[in-house]
Amino acid sequence: MQPCRLVADELACRRGDRLLLRGVGFSLRAGDALHLAGPNGIGKSSLLRILAGLMRPYAGQVEATGAIALSDERLPLDAHRPLGAALGFWRRLDGAGVHQADFGLEDLYDVPVRYLSTGQRKRAALACLAASGAGIWLLDEPLNGLDAHWSIVAQAAIEAHRAGGGIAVIASHQVLDLAGLMVLPLLDHLP
Amino acid sequence: MSRTLRQLGLIFRRDCALLLGGARGRGGATLPLLFFLSVAMLYPFAVGPDVRLLARTGAGVIWVAALLAAILPLDRLVEPDVETGFFDQWALRGLSEEAVMLVRIVAHWLCFGVPLMLATPIAAGLLSLDGGQLVRLELGLLAGTPGLAAIGVTIAALTAGLRAGAALGGLLLIPLAVPLLIFGAGSLQQGGENGLVLLAAASLVSVAIAPFAAGAAIRAARE
Repeated sequence: MQPCRLVADELACRRGDRLLLRGVGFSLRAGDALHLAGPNGIGKSSLLRILAGLMRPYAGQVEATGAIALSDERLPLDAHRPLGAALGFWRRLDGAGVHQADFGLEDLYDVPVRYLSTGQRKRAALACLAASGAGIWLLDEPLNGLDAHWSIVAQAAIEAHRAGGGIAVIASHQVLDLAGLMVLPLLDHLP
Repeated sequence: MSRTLRQLGLIFRRDCALLLGGARGRGGATLPLLFFLSVAMLYPFAVGPDVRLLARTGAGVIWVAALLAAILPLDRLVEPDVETGFFDQWALRGLSEEAVMLVRIVAHWLCFGVPLMLATPIAAGLLSLDGGQLVRLELGLLAGTPGLAAIGVTIAALTAGLRAGAALGGLLLIPLAVPLLIFGAGSLQQGGENGLVLLAAASLVSVAIAPFAAGAAIRAARE
């Protein structure tokens, strides 16, 4: 994995004609984790999409070195296909190796994606993210719907990713138990 | 480069499987085909079994049927992948929307245009067209259906995410496909070879523009 970096400089985010956030800036190096904290609707998801390069910031700029993977509320798997085949599409596309964290999904490989529960869907989304091999992980509410056991596993996966030189940016309203986690309270950046 | 091509190949295979198989409860490649054949079957009932009238007008009816059949798959060409975030994931992997859209146009043509051409001999039989007419019709469809597929994917990308997208898509397709219909039907006249050339040209223009228009539509829908 190439050494990754993610720098945001004076970002402003606009949805429609409403300014949501402004003056958001940070600099992350390999191994860093950032928690975007704030109440619902403050613009966490929009900020993640700006960091991913899917939306243009209203002001400011993002500089990213390394591949970016985004896991948001949508599950990019074909609902009618069995989970194994649907995950296989991304694993083949990303050329992922055999040894992938699969978050206990192996027993569910024959189950069509549309029959998965909320927590199982979240685990599938994390498995997609892990398979991407990207250095910069952008996670939108990664622990939503996960029970106590799997939220510990998910956070362990994030820690392992950081230990391997990755970056994690996590938008969440839950308490995260990660070592050396930086917190960016978005309430300070209201216009 | 080879990595990109390999990824586009995987996307192509998935596109074909989705468009042929009719996943997500949206009907597969058979629905437009059955519609196309139904029109050819109903037309003699409506105008009567006069062989000369059928032979004179039948080929034009087949063109109209092909154009209307192109409306049926519009709502499942792009919309489901926008909804589930596939396009965002491809963009994150550095695949351009234009390339993905070109792949989708080819897949859509294979799953829509080719079955239509295979069904045309049956439709021609129902409308008592002779061999020469059938050959010209097939040549016209070979030149014209890629254009229809390209226009269809563009409109599907433009209307993805709109609530009345499916209905609007049908209305948008008709005027854009009129040049293909005019040249396609024109090529059936005596000495209409020039029509065939113009048809191929119109189709080529659509195919050339469509990936860029559809890619821009996907990007615009993100904002």
